[in-house]
Amino acid sequence: MNKNMSAKGGSAAGGKKILEGSRAIAETVNNCGVAVVSAYPITPQTHIVEELAKIKADGQGNFEYVRAESEFAAISIVLGAAATGVRTYTATSAQGLLLMTEVLFNVAGMRLPVVMTDANRAISAPINIWNDQQDAMTMRDSGWLMVYGETVQETCDLHILAYKIAEATLIPAMVNLDGFVLTHVVEPVEIEDAKKIKIFLSAWKPTEILDVKKPLTLGAFVTPAHYMEIRKELHDDIVAAKKLMTKEMVNFKKIFGRKLSLCEYGGAKDAGTVIVAMGSVLGTIREAVETHCNASLRNAGILKITSLRPFPDEEIIKLIGSKKNIIVIDKSISLGTEGILATEIRRVLYGKSKARITSVIMGLGGRDITMEMIGKAVEESKKTKEQVIFIGK
Amino acid sequence: MVEIRIHGRGGQGSVTLAELLAEAAYYSGLMSQAFPNFGVERRGAPVTAYVRLDKKFIRLRSQVYEPDYIIVQDASLIGGVDPVKSGKAGIRQGELFNGVNVFAGAKKGTVILINTKKPASDFKAPAGVRIKTIYATGLALEVIGRPIVNTILLGAFAGLIGTIKMEAVEKVITERFSGEIAQKNIAAAKKGYTAISNN
Repeated sequence: MNKNMSAKGGSAAGGKKILEGSRAIAETVNNCGVAVVSAYPITPQTHIVEELAKIKADGQGNFEYVRAESEFAAISIVLGAAATGVRTYTATSAQGLLLMTEVLFNVAGMRLPVVMTDANRAISAPINIWNDQQDAMTMRDSGWLMVYGETVQETCDLHILAYKIAEATLIPAMVNLDGFVLTHVVEPVEIEDAKKIKIFLSAWKPTEILDVKKPLTLGAFVTPAHYMEIRKELHDDIVAAKKLMTKEMVNFKKIFGRKLSLCEYGGAKDAGTVIVAMGSVLGTIREAVETHCNASLRNAGILKITSLRPFPDEEIIKLIGSKKNIIVIDKSISLGTEGILATEIRRVLYGKSKARITSVIMGLGGRDITMEMIGKAVEESKKTKEQVIFIGK
Repeated sequence: MVEIRIHGRGGQGSVTLAELLAEAAYYSGLMSQAFPNFGVERRGAPVTAYVRLDKKFIRLRSQVYEPDYIIVQDASLIGGVDPVKSGKAGIRQGELFNGVNVFAGAKKGTVILINTKKPASDFKAPAGVRIKTIYATGLALEVIGRPIVNTILLGAFAGLIGTIKMEAVEKVITERFSGEIAQKNIAAAKKGYTAISNN
């Protein structure tokens, strides 16, 4: 970069700004007071870690930036750092996330509150650098908390929340945002400064850490006598995290003035048709429903899912249990079955609802999703006898 | 909502222009959104970027298909064939290189700003579409000493649209550049603004 050119946006101070999504996340993560950052660059995550490196180089970051030779190394480095009791951060996308797989399960199993951003991207082959959500959805069962941002603002807010919940529950958290769509967009965003974040996010006080003065082993060998109990404990704690998240979302609103929720209903209250989705596509869905760009969208409702893990079962039943026609839009697929979010919704509503549920696959590999396509998805779902349909244009 | 599409070539800073426009609009009191058409960028290849301006926060995330404004940073892009629509889609380099229809989606009332020496009357615009030309490359050489057209076009576009204030343009240039470079680019933006206003 030209010496006379500063990065998009300028300093790491707080306030209302117009910034690239990646820069906004980097500033927020820095203001969360991370101690160790380690990452390996991959499109479309690259700008986030470049901006963190720049913040560090500009003397505005108090963290160690450890360069890694791969994503496997990056997640291993933050695992080790978190095990010594410090706040850690990494970010990745697609193949990078897949390369981390083994360690992701270790981080969760060792109960280390690592926070990671996944700039959601399609998985190879064929190689494709563009956005969909297949990467993170493939890690659904790794034992991480998983949340999805709709806007740059919400994604930044979810990072602050992620540290709070991860450290309180000792469960790592993955904050997802749509690669390119949100990482590369320049839009208005409020950057919370370190002082304000500290009110919400007090210092992490770990109880069991790697310390040479008080040696112990983390993630040790466990026989059949205990393994199941440990797995059940993690399961129970992920379920229980829901209550804490709801409570902390209320606290978040008090301090920062912005609302967060596990899931949220929008659109017509008496809607017969509800569109369920996660991430940035919700903005396009809202616009499509409000402008009635297609007759089939008249009187439609929208269910936004922010938290995939924990999954807000009861809330979803309450919000859409009585609806007749449910359309679940997925930017990923469990090949051979249907969209992954669709399966989740079906599971939750089983025995609780008589709704017709259609899984609609859209936006794979960066295919643009327009308002007209949202209308078409609803139209087609009413006509089709299939459980899963693909809407590509 | 106002939708803008920018066409340039890799290295010309189409994405930077989109970002500067969105930032200047925001500092002028509008809400804005800028994003690149996420391609596999390489120097010289066609690049597209988008900007949306509105009074309220912009939620729409799709690409721009029917722009109110089109900015063409490089007139040599005009006349290329769309490789998909023409049925000539392929990975032969020449086709991809020229495969851009800068007028795509232009509608009644769309304004197209082209960086060229030629007068607007030399271009065949679709019905109802207005063409404005500015020789940004020449002006950039004159003011900056290098053929970097971004800030000339930024100032010109501010003059064209009216809702983006020149103080805001100066602010975003000062945020992104420093010292002499910033001063030259502010002068360039002013030059673009004046040129389009007298056009």
